[in-house]
Amino acid sequence: MSALLQVQDLTVNFALRTGDLTALNGVTFALGEGERLGLVGESGAGKSVAGFAIINLIGKPGYIAGGRVLFQGEEISALPEEAIRRIRGHRISMVFQDPMMTLNPVLTIGTQMVETLQAHRNIGQSEAEAIAVDKLRQVHIPSPEKRLHQYPHEFSGGMRQRIIIAIALLNDPQLIIADEPTTALDVTIQAEIMDLFLELCRQTRMGLILITHDLAVVSETTEKIAVMYAGEIVEEGRTEDVVRRPRHPYTQGLIAALPQGDDQRGTRLNQIPGTMPTLTRIPPGCSFHPRCPHAMDVCSERAPGPLPVAYPDGGGGMAACHLYDPNLGDR
Amino acid sequence: MNAPFSDKTKPLLSVRDLSKIFDISGGFLDQLTLKNGRLRREKTTVKALNRVSFDIAPGETFSVVGESGCGKSTLGRTVIGLYPPDGGEVHYGGERIDTLSSRRMLPFRRRMQMVFQDPYASLNPRKRVAAILEEPLRFHHPDMTADEVGDRVKEVMEQVGGDVQWLTRLPHEFSGGQRQRISIARALVVDPEFIVADEPISALDVSIQAQILNLMMDAREQRGLTYMFIAHDLSVVEHISTRVAVMYLGSLCEVADVDRLFADPRHPYTRALLSAIPRLGKKKSDHVRLKGEVPTPINLPTGCVFHGRCLYADERCVREIPELLKQDDGVLAACHGVEEGRL
Amino acid sequence: MVAFIIRRIVQAFLVMFIISSIGFAIKHNVGDPVWQITGISVSKAERERIREQLGLNDPVYIQYINFLKNAAHGDLGQSYFYKKPAADVILDKAPATLELVLVSSMIIVVLSIPLGVYAAIYPKRIFSRVVMGGSIVGVSIPVFLIAIMGVYLFSVHLGWLPSFGRGATVNVGGWRTGFLTVDGWLHLILPSLSLSSIMLPLFIRLIRSEMMEVLESDYIRYAWAKGLKKYRIWFLHAFKNTLLPVITVGGVQLGITIAFTILTETVFQWQGLGFLFMEAVERSDTALLVAYLMFVGMIMVVVNTVVDIIYGVVNPTVRIAGTK
Ligand SMILES: Nc1ncnc2c1ncn2[C@@H]1O[C@H](COP(=O)(O)OP(=O)(O)OP(=O)(O)O)[C@@H](O)[C@H]1O
Ligand SMILES: Nc1ncnc2c1ncn2[C@@H]1O[C@H](COP(=O)(O)OP(=O)(O)OP(=O)(O)O)[C@@H](O)[C@H]1O
Ligand code: SF4
Ligand SMILES: [Mg+2]
Ligand SMILES: [Mg+2]
Repeated sequence: MSALLQVQDLTVNFALRTGDLTALNGVTFALGEGERLGLVGESGAGKSVAGFAIINLIGKPGYIAGGRVLFQGEEISALPEEAIRRIRGHRISMVFQDPMMTLNPVLTIGTQMVETLQAHRNIGQSEAEAIAVDKLRQVHIPSPEKRLHQYPHEFSGGMRQRIIIAIALLNDPQLIIADEPTTALDVTIQAEIMDLFLELCRQTRMGLILITHDLAVVSETTEKIAVMYAGEIVEEGRTEDVVRRPRHPYTQGLIAALPQGDDQRGTRLNQIPGTMPTLTRIPPGCSFHPRCPHAMDVCSERAPGPLPVAYPDGGGGMAACHLYDPNLGDR
Repeated sequence: MNAPFSDKTKPLLSVRDLSKIFDISGGFLDQLTLKNGRLRREKTTVKALNRVSFDIAPGETFSVVGESGCGKSTLGRTVIGLYPPDGGEVHYGGERIDTLSSRRMLPFRRRMQMVFQDPYASLNPRKRVAAILEEPLRFHHPDMTADEVGDRVKEVMEQVGGDVQWLTRLPHEFSGGQRQRISIARALVVDPEFIVADEPISALDVSIQAQILNLMMDAREQRGLTYMFIAHDLSVVEHISTRVAVMYLGSLCEVADVDRLFADPRHPYTRALLSAIPRLGKKKSDHVRLKGEVPTPINLPTGCVFHGRCLYADERCVREIPELLKQDDGVLAACHGVEEGRL
Repeated sequence: MVAFIIRRIVQAFLVMFIISSIGFAIKHNVGDPVWQITGISVSKAERERIREQLGLNDPVYIQYINFLKNAAHGDLGQSYFYKKPAADVILDKAPATLELVLVSSMIIVVLSIPLGVYAAIYPKRIFSRVVMGGSIVGVSIPVFLIAIMGVYLFSVHLGWLPSFGRGATVNVGGWRTGFLTVDGWLHLILPSLSLSSIMLPLFIRLIRSEMMEVLESDYIRYAWAKGLKKYRIWFLHAFKNTLLPVITVGGVQLGITIAFTILTETVFQWQGLGFLFMEAVERSDTALLVAYLMFVGMIMVVVNTVVDIIYGVVNPTVRIAGTK
């Protein structure tokens, strides 16, 4: 599988009055063509920042402080504004969390679709509308020709999110970054949207980065998972490995905290003590050590690097945890 | 503990044909519409609850699930007396409470407490935690001495896993999970029997959700509490409930014991809902795909409220409202298809 | 939508009713019209007869109803100084003021939009800081000071522009306009600039802050993520949303501008309604004062109503039912 996207040691800071805040700290991962990756973590872990950093769209006080992003072999994190604009919405599309806030309230759906096409291709109005109608049909919007002339508020939340997905598909991108695409929606609609993503990824071989806090949702949809904690990726691996045999204590705690279904009903859930630190007060060493049941002395002294972890069937992943450091004795 | 009815078979809470209608038409002028060239006055109402009936036995955790806007919060608030119902009855401990004067309602206000979804909005930001917890205690027990109040507050604080030092701080100094602990402490401090918890964990992160759920389950064990638990996260509901009510557009579709509901859902909506739950490690997608769009409770569909999206709807479903009928195994389902045995 | 428009119109009538009540209260309490009509050399019995004739001995509510009836027919009483119906005097002077306000509004629109938008897009640039700093100064300098400084610089010192009056005007069907002569335009420059100096800084600040808020919104971020060109994002996506609140506030401010003509017209001896108002105050011409109040009130109400309705039409999300 050739690499579609490579994120290497990406660091994003926010320049605040009180000093710089590191929201993304040396994040590294890769995605193959047609591959689906889930980026999971709690609120404030840096998932959205990571998504925006890929297309170099960090909001104002923020800036990319280090690392690089390679897309189809090209370093896009260093491109001039016009060149990166040609990639956004064209080769890499985004889907945002809240469908109620994402579409411009004073422009029709048609306008918002046609402009996305015309920003990247030299085509006329009617041709653009034909493509728009086609994509709306692909996301199962009934009578799309009529819908083009309507405004966002005339659609339900689930329909808007499908329209946003249709917009993301307009230019046949190679990668879609979906930032919590279903968090604001009901489960039945969430299931529908996720099925849609799966269907589209299979049809078009496009890559997907699914950002969410819901491990169960990614586990149904993606092939790989990267778990984020306080601005870092603490574990990465194939979905079934991470879900069934989590290696990092944080992932282990997260999964144990989820209700497991029938046989465990009514029992106490495993809880992770404490809360994720605010980014201005990240503890020294491993950022998870104050909450970690396996913390050792070294954990509060030195930050663990990414360490390879192996699975019985020969597969491998990564965990940023001293437990997997062969030099510190085994586990 | 003061639970006057140890008789487990008698329901603690009994709701019959409860209806709630919100008039959202605004002022007189907003009610005007132009129809066939003539000006008419029309009221716009939201039928938030339509003849909802159920019982909750003491010690149960009765969950209400359904999509956003289906009336879950309205049900909780009407049951506890925050909204006056527009029809039907609410009985608590054998006594009808929806018609009580606010003075006669007072003792019930202590016995029934509510915990809200948003731990940021539901605590007064200018009051210290101690004051927040003492207030309901003083209100319901005017005869308590200051020492007794203080002891009680400390005791509850410890029980919810808080620190005595929290008492001198203001709500904004706490994280979401800590605030939700404080809200729960505020409900527990007056020693209630029944708690309506309206999405108490929805605003929290997974690792914090577990803390709050454990706290609620512990309190249930220690105090013999009865819960009405409103949620949209079905895996959480499956974990903590004893019985579950599924709501759609202000009506109950199905009420069943938790095992029965999750093992063998009857109502087509319940089936779709359960099939949509994301499960850890589930790979294949066997989601039931519903047709159509969710209608608004402003213009309720005729017949079965679900018929526009139901894969099994027939002519009778469009015409006739299905009753919540008891099946052989005690499951209640409101569906013509189930009644006719064609489902 | 129907309800929305009807409600706006009913509100407009309500406001007009309140304004007319104030007008009536002034008329009823300030100055004895009999004195104004007759002077001192008239006998007591004669005055009493005139009082009776004018209906001044009727109960207050009857007088009020008569006042409203007459006002509805455009009869606002007789100006004591001009010896003409007050309404005629007002209509005669109105074009001067309306032209002044119109030109000032144009100046405000043409300058505030580009400046405000620029300052929102590039808040850190020197030019933006100069504009914003200038707008603070502009807000705090009184309008007559600006007017006097303008007169001193351009009329007295440089001698480029006339300092008072309307200059040559042309009568077009009863409307005396200064728009058709060069002289008329030259005379318009200083008064309209100083009149717009009141609202211009406010508008620049308003547009800037609204636009900055819009630029932070999710849908603008999304527009960037779609790879749109920046001009389209700024001038279509962001500006259209900025415009909505600006339209609403703009209507109110336009009304206030009319009130400020009193100052400007006095400084420049501009023969319009504001000037007339000052004259009427000096001469205690109550009927004229009341007529001025009613006329200006009506203009404000009409402008606001029209603006609100335009807003409702422009904004697709104004709820049909009118609930907010
Ligand atoms: N504009 C900003 N200014 C300052 N700090 C910011 C800004 N945007 C994000 N951050 C910081 O970056 C951190 C990561 O934010 P991010 O939005 O990526 O979190 P997230 O993982 O997407 O969380 P959520 O699940 O709540 O969306 C946050 O803790 C926040 O403090
Ligand atoms: N105070 C109110 N006034 C008018 N309408 C209301 C009011 N409260 C609720 N509604 C309406 O009643 C319906 C049910 O609302 P409710 O808040 O009970 O839903 P819910 O199931 O709790 O939804 P959610 O999951 O989003 O909390 C909705 O259509 C809502 O718009
Ligand atoms: S009653 Fe009819 S429409 Fe309603 S759920 Fe049953 S089968 Fe579907
Ligand atoms: Mg986010
Ligand atoms: Mg609710």
